[in-house]
Amino acid sequence: MTTTITADVFQDLKGVGCPMNLVKTKVAFSKMKSGQVLGLILDNGPPINNVPRSVIREGHEILSQEQLDDGTWSVLIRKA
Amino acid sequence: MIDFTEEQLERYSRHILLDDVGVDGQEKLLQAKVLIVGAGGLGCPAALYLAAAGVGTIGIIDSDIVEISNLQRQIAHFTKDINVSKVDSAAEKMQAINPDITVKTYKDYLCAENITKIIEGYDFVLDGTDNFPTKFLVNDACVFLGIPFSHGGILRFNGQTMTVIPGQTACYRCSFRTPPPPDAVPSCAQAGVLGAIAGMLGTIQAAEALKYITGVGELLTNGLLTFDARTMAFRKINLKRQVKCPLCGDNPSITRLVDAEQSVCELKTDPVAA
Repeated sequence: MTTTITADVFQDLKGVGCPMNLVKTKVAFSKMKSGQVLGLILDNGPPINNVPRSVIREGHEILSQEQLDDGTWSVLIRKA
Repeated sequence: MIDFTEEQLERYSRHILLDDVGVDGQEKLLQAKVLIVGAGGLGCPAALYLAAAGVGTIGIIDSDIVEISNLQRQIAHFTKDINVSKVDSAAEKMQAINPDITVKTYKDYLCAENITKIIEGYDFVLDGTDNFPTKFLVNDACVFLGIPFSHGGILRFNGQTMTVIPGQTACYRCSFRTPPPPDAVPSCAQAGVLGAIAGMLGTIQAAEALKYITGVGELLTNGLLTFDARTMAFRKINLKRQVKCPLCGDNPSITRLVDAEQSVCELKTDPVAA
C-alpha cells in the first residue's frame, strides 16, 4: 500500500548550503499554517544531515525522506 | 508579512536561525523604533549593534561634536570625525553597516521642554547619557509616556544597567530618589574610564533592546546589574517597585517634567565624556 502525501509548499534547495537552506526552510514555514506539509529537495551531505535535525528540534515532524537518483534528498515535513 | 530579499535573508540569517527570534523576530526588529540618548561611550556600541541587527528606525540624540578624547571609547567615531557632530558621525557608520535602516539624528540636548516631543513614538529608549539630571529626566519621561527603556552608566572600571517597563517594574526613581548633588559624583572627564567597559555596558543595553523588541527571554528588570572590570565580578542587585516611589508609586509627587539643577541645557560648552 502506498500513501501519497503531497506537499502544500515546495522548495528546491538543491545547491543551497548550510545554513541558508535552513533559513529558507524557516521562511517557508513562517508563511504556512500549522499542519501543512513542506516538501524540500536537499543536497546530500551536511544539508540532509542538518536540516531535518534542526526542524525536528523546532517541533516539526518529518513525514518521509528518500534519496533520489541524482543523490539529492526529497523530504516531507509537517509544520507544527 | 515582510517579504525578505535574498540579501536580507543572508544579512539576518544568524537571527532567523535562532529558534527564539526566527522570521517573526526579525520582522519585529525591522519594524521597531529605538531612540538612543547620547552618541558617546554607551550610545556608540549600542547604535552599531542595533543598526547591524536591522532595527528599522533608530533615533540618536546628542548635541556634541567629536573630540579627540572621545576616541578612546566612543567606538563609532573615528579620527577623521574630530569636530564633526557626534550624531552625524554615528549615523554614517550605522548606515555603512546597514543601509536597510533609517537613522534619525537630533543635534539637541534633551531637556524637560523637548523630551516628550522627541521620545514620543519610539518603542524603546536606550539611555547612554553621562549625567544624572538627564538620566532622571529620561526615566521620568519614559514613565509618563509608558515607554520601556534601558538605564546605563559607567565610571572608571564600573558599569551599571537596568531595564524599566513603566508601570510594571521598578523605575530608576524607585531606588534612586533624586540626582546626587552636583559634583558629588565625578564625571568620566574627571575620574577616567576604561574604554572597553563602554562596549561591555552599551552592548548589554543593546541586547536588552533586542530582547524587548523580539520578546525573547527575561529582561533585566527589577534588578540592577553592576560589574567591576578590575575583578570582572558581575552582581545583580534585586530591586522592587516602590509604592512610595515619588514618580511611579501610588501617590506620586512628581507629576510633570522638570530639569534638575545643573542641567546641561545651559552648559553646552562643558566637555562631555560618557
